Amino acid sequence: MAGLEDLYREIILDHYRSPRNRGELEVPPAHKVEGFNPLCGDEVVLYIDVDPETETVRDIKIAGQGCSISQASTSMMSSAVKGKSLAEVHQLTRAFKALMSIHESKLEGEGDGSDLEAELEGVRLGDLEALQGVVKFPVRIKCATLAWNTLQQGLDEAEHAPSP
Amino acid sequence: MTALDPRTIRRDFPLFEREVHGKPIVYLDSASSAQKPRAVFEAMDDVYRRYYANVHRGVYEIAAESTNAFEAARAKVARFVNANRTEEIVFVRNATEAINLVAYTWARKNLVAGDAIVLSHMEHHANVVPWLMLAEERGVELRWIPMTPDFRLDLTNLDELLAGARLLAVTAMSNVLGTINDIRPLADAAHAHDALILVDACQFAPHVATDVQAWDADFVAFSAHKMCGPTGIGGLWARYELLNEMPPFLGGGEMIRDVRLDSFTTNDVPWKFEAGTPAFVEAIGWGAAIDYLTDLGMPAVRDHEMQLTRYALDALRARFPESLKIYGPNDVSIRGGAVSFLFDGIHAHDISQVLDEDAVCARAGHHCAKPLMRQLGVPATTRASFYIYNDEADVDALVEALAKAEKFFGL
Repeated sequence: MAGLEDLYREIILDHYRSPRNRGELEVPPAHKVEGFNPLCGDEVVLYIDVDPETETVRDIKIAGQGCSISQASTSMMSSAVKGKSLAEVHQLTRAFKALMSIHESKLEGEGDGSDLEAELEGVRLGDLEALQGVVKFPVRIKCATLAWNTLQQGLDEAEHAPSP
Repeated sequence: MTALDPRTIRRDFPLFEREVHGKPIVYLDSASSAQKPRAVFEAMDDVYRRYYANVHRGVYEIAAESTNAFEAARAKVARFVNANRTEEIVFVRNATEAINLVAYTWARKNLVAGDAIVLSHMEHHANVVPWLMLAEERGVELRWIPMTPDFRLDLTNLDELLAGARLLAVTAMSNVLGTINDIRPLADAAHAHDALILVDACQFAPHVATDVQAWDADFVAFSAHKMCGPTGIGGLWARYELLNEMPPFLGGGEMIRDVRLDSFTTNDVPWKFEAGTPAFVEAIGWGAAIDYLTDLGMPAVRDHEMQLTRYALDALRARFPESLKIYGPNDVSIRGGAVSFLFDGIHAHDISQVLDEDAVCARAGHHCAKPLMRQLGVPATTRASFYIYNDEADVDALVEALAKAEKFFGL
């Protein structure tokens, strides 16, 4: 049986107790997006500032409330994507979901996942790997992915929003 | 009255024979759904093995047997809630469907734009959303009875709220707070304003002797699965005259008397509301659950719950005087065995995860009562709830597991 230490790694608890990038950004130029986990009431609020010239996440701030996994994951996500190009963010998102055993290409029936492995080779997840233990607690996977799904939604919205 | 012996009772529940994570199960989620005694499985098994045939259809022997057993179960439910007549029990899937049935038949026949329905802040979504849907569709106004700081209904402005209202729909026992609402005065107040009263007795009926006539209620909804019965079966009790005047709900077999190419006439009450083959095996299983509870004695069931809830409230407060906040009344004579609480700085979800390590099954979340959670100003609570098979050792296990959670999160 997977123990609590597999789920609640020290780095996760650290991000939960001292979340990084907490705060707000001015909207616009930043884009605000909210994500909810209706089952348990987790709530994630992101302020994303994308530089349209360089297609880079110039800044990101986080707010919200919820369980340690959802809030720590949000904090870790914000640190991981800040300053990264949108292409890198996309790769990180895919890599993180793969870590959570969610393979979108497999779900969509394209190929056997080996393309994904090739694509993700060399993607450095860093601290995010601490969340790997969540996979052993399937009920909590949606807590860990909430931040990333919200980020994806926010970037999609920002991309399709009329430029200021 | 013989006091309950949870140790003996537990032997009637096969689920407690297994272990989770190498530990015996401490089941503290009966407010969500109760475990089932062997007698319920045996009654249902007996139908399938010995006399399974559709009800109200065949003239052959086993069809007569299944029909008799099904209707005998209805009579058991009727006696259990002290209905005036057996025909006042409509079998539905659960309390949610019972409330929807009233919303779709009685309310849609009788209510027009501008009419008001009075609800309370402590309702389960099942007694909120059907009325929100009606409000959207019909322009019916919803009014809300607020809550006092000690987690009871604030009835200060009840007469104003009821003025011009057609229905008061209120829970008899909150599934989050445990609060028991005194129904009779509410029914009297509603009737004084020519409004009807619908009682959500889903939490109440499994724990306290239910008397729909003493309540002077008009509609009462309840589910089998919270009172040791199977899932997929529940009941709506309503006064016979009301049921008679109400239009049918779903159309199909059983609910008709005659069908022509251009018209139909409806069956008698209650079958008028029971379209299609009913969950009669489940209804028979429910009858067995009711027999089981009746043998224990509902006064003894209630007495046990009050004692155990008192023990739990005291144990939680003694062990966590600073860090734990309980949402619900402290007086066990006006509350049931659902105990909701929150730890300073530890999310309910994380608490439940740690409890699971010790096979303590408790619920985390909004408990299908988001308007109430907003009133309380919390996103989620952990809820431990007790029933006939729980004892003080279960409470002790909960307290120890909570202490472990507090230590683990280092707060």
